[in-house]
Amino acid sequence: MAVVETRNLTKVFKQGELGAVNDVSLATEEGEFLVFLGPSGSGKTTLLRMIAGLETPTSGEILIGGQLVNHLSPRERRIAMVFQSYALYPHLTVYKNIAFPLKAQNVPKDQHDTKVQWAAGLLGIGRLLERKPRELSGGERQRVALARAIVREPAVFLLDEPLSNLDAKLRASAREELEQFQARVGTTTIYVTHDQVEAMAMGDRVVVMDKGRVRQIGTPAEVYDEPADTFVATFLGSPPMNLVSAGGTITGFRPEHFLPALAVAIPDSVPMRLAFSHEEYLGAERILYGALADGPHAGAKVVSRIASTHAGVFAKDRTYDFAVEKRHLKLFDEATGIRRR
Amino acid sequence: MSAGAKREERWLAPAMFLPAVLYILALVGIPLVLAVLYAFSDARIGSAGLHFVGLENFRSILQSPGFHKAIRNSIVFTLSAQVIVIVCSNILATALEEPFRGRGLVRFLILLPWVAPVSLGTIGWKWILDSIYSVITWVLVALHVYKPYSTPMWLGEPHLAMASVVLVHCWRLIPFSTVIMLAGRSAIPKEIPEAAAIDGAGFWRTLFQIKIPMMTPILSVAVLFGIIFTFTDMTVVYILTAGGPFDSTQTLPSLAFATGIAGSDLAAGAAISLFLVPVLVAVAYLMLRVAHRSEVA
Amino acid sequence: MERGGLRRIGARALHVSVLGFFVVALGFPFFWMLIAAFKQNIDLYTVENNPFLFNLPPTFEHIRFLFAETRFLRWLGNTALVGVLVVAITLVLAVPAAYALARLAGRWGERLGIAIFLTYLIPPTLLFIPLSRVVALVGLQDSIFSVVLVYPSMTIPFSIWLLMGFFKSIPKELEDAAMVDGLTRFGAFFRMVVPISVSGILTVVIFSFTLVTQEFVYALTFISPERNQMIGVGIPIYLVRGDVYYWGSLMAACLIASLPIAVVYNLFLDRFIAGFTVGSVK
Repeated sequence: MAVVETRNLTKVFKQGELGAVNDVSLATEEGEFLVFLGPSGSGKTTLLRMIAGLETPTSGEILIGGQLVNHLSPRERRIAMVFQSYALYPHLTVYKNIAFPLKAQNVPKDQHDTKVQWAAGLLGIGRLLERKPRELSGGERQRVALARAIVREPAVFLLDEPLSNLDAKLRASAREELEQFQARVGTTTIYVTHDQVEAMAMGDRVVVMDKGRVRQIGTPAEVYDEPADTFVATFLGSPPMNLVSAGGTITGFRPEHFLPALAVAIPDSVPMRLAFSHEEYLGAERILYGALADGPHAGAKVVSRIASTHAGVFAKDRTYDFAVEKRHLKLFDEATGIRRR
Repeated sequence: MSAGAKREERWLAPAMFLPAVLYILALVGIPLVLAVLYAFSDARIGSAGLHFVGLENFRSILQSPGFHKAIRNSIVFTLSAQVIVIVCSNILATALEEPFRGRGLVRFLILLPWVAPVSLGTIGWKWILDSIYSVITWVLVALHVYKPYSTPMWLGEPHLAMASVVLVHCWRLIPFSTVIMLAGRSAIPKEIPEAAAIDGAGFWRTLFQIKIPMMTPILSVAVLFGIIFTFTDMTVVYILTAGGPFDSTQTLPSLAFATGIAGSDLAAGAAISLFLVPVLVAVAYLMLRVAHRSEVA
Repeated sequence: MERGGLRRIGARALHVSVLGFFVVALGFPFFWMLIAAFKQNIDLYTVENNPFLFNLPPTFEHIRFLFAETRFLRWLGNTALVGVLVVAITLVLAVPAAYALARLAGRWGERLGIAIFLTYLIPPTLLFIPLSRVVALVGLQDSIFSVVLVYPSMTIPFSIWLLMGFFKSIPKELEDAAMVDGLTRFGAFFRMVVPISVSGILTVVIFSFTLVTQEFVYALTFISPERNQMIGVGIPIYLVRGDVYYWGSLMAACLIASLPIAVVYNLFLDRFIAGFTVGSVK
């Protein structure tokens, strides 16, 4: 077990260009499941690879378990990593794949079998040990990669989008398994993903990144309910938070809080009028599209998300009474995008 | 890489590729320089000394009729062989493109001339083109094209000998060119000819307006290698005719061998072989352009 | 309907006749070697006899003569020995070099790789004269070790080029994983990349070995004693006594020496072609 910390970590790939990672300082907690979330190109994978020792930081420090590891090679950092493609060694059987880190780290031979069996048992892949990676399904490969990561009991797990190669159905169950697995072994885990559902579902805390910078660190509820800036507000949530601006202030409210007036508790709400344009029926819910009809934000495009059990019928180009509870309005500075309140 | 690992890599990369680079430099780079030095000297087999004689070698070479003949022959052989090879290998590649039963065996038989050692294949041709026992002659006599005992000497008459050399070069290069063409065709996504067919293009239109233009890079690779293999080759000529009759099939490389090694005049031989360089440079330049274009694409 | 059927038959007939023509034209010399190798001399050298038929019973005399009274076996042995040594030198130098250029040296690794590939275009006929002096200088004249020294300069460039393409196709994540799992960069190369690349390395082995059997100019230039000949020079030059061609034995020798080489070369041909196409086929 160990804590991972970065101090002012920066990576510039090409001199003069903007850094892929800029001045990132963060620390995990003991045994925490920390998720790096961001769009592609946000620097999350580069940050992870620097922690692994696969990229050299341009400046800044990396500490694992309180020890400065900048000068250590990957193999000396007591980390294990699961790659997006799983990077299973194609010429080795599952057994030898799992035993490989033990061999490479010169763990005494007589311990290999016990450890491999233990890791394979933990992931339920005991019957696959004699197979070659190409004979495995996507889900099985992922388990082998995890077994290979766990086998030498690393201080830290690093996972780089390990679910992105699975099909949608498998992904949901694999996500849950992975979460349970981490909770059971209790190893500090850093998980990189661009999928907000994964991040929200699995992370103890989420690090939202954009353009090489950390935008916000917090629990899933914090980053969703109290976004630190407009990027976080729009990156999380689907459809994203409505943002309407007037007089130097951006007002944000989530589609699920922007509801037909009758559905909102009257005393503390802000009324708005929606000029309805069209609707998407998604089974469990309905997405209503339109624009605000009057007030300082008239004309701004907004989205409402209501349960499909809602009986309301909306007609194109008609105007309807909507409202948002006051406590759900988030205010941002228009110039910087930073949250005011 | 962490800083430590990075330091490892800084010396690791050169340590891994320098031995090979030095080996090549020693056995290609140095001889190349020596070839130029010799061309301006009076180096001979058996004499250790070396004096510079300026352009003397080049002057005497350029004045010798044998050299002019050799240059002309080299160019004629290379160009005529290339034209025949490209046409034939395109036809053959078209015929081999679709899978059919026995394709593997047919491919092997067709490839034999390329995959077997050149010198051995050529000696086979020498027997086929023998002055007395040639099977070709026998067939032509049997068909009453020639009367017995007044038959052509395939390797003994200047024009027939030249045609024979071209024939053997073509025989050897058609398989190579064909497999390159096949590789080029298989790289065209199947959807493109299919789209062309749906758009109403027939066999010939698809061939000339879709397939061949898309294959230009690979076609140029085949031609460039073909030029090198023919222009710089001396095996075929050396075994088939040894340059004869009366130097009528002498090429630059075989003349360089005859002068430099057989005739012991290293300097003149080196000077002759230097005339290969312009062609090599041109080919290398074009090859780089092909490589660069495919890199950009 | 009727027309379409005829057309299809016509196309098929054309297809078969095109293939038939080329198979005969390209394979004929080898067929002719086979016939000559088993014909009695009297049959071979009687102009009136139909050369396609065995007018007299077949004979093994030429093959007996070849093995018993010529140095054919010795040449085969020389060629095999040179082949093994050249393959070894090529592997030791080209495999690490290709990996370094493909993975460690970045952008200019690619350029150096192309430069090395271009040296493959420099033909023996340009270098044999100065090299004959170099060989004499290091005292290897007339020894098979002269070609052992020189051939790697032809095999290494193309092998590096082939292997670079091969190494680039290996996912980088595999090496990253191996390093995280406890190997150094060189360890990842030696214990992970090399075992994965067995088929690429085998390609280089076959390429180098067959090049040794096919080369003619250097062997002809550097080695004169009959007993030290390589197969490619020994058969066409030293099986001919003065002006006398022992055609039967000559053809038998050609066939015996070329068929095995042709078979293995053929097996790996597609890989060599991938190298020849300089990346213009993706």
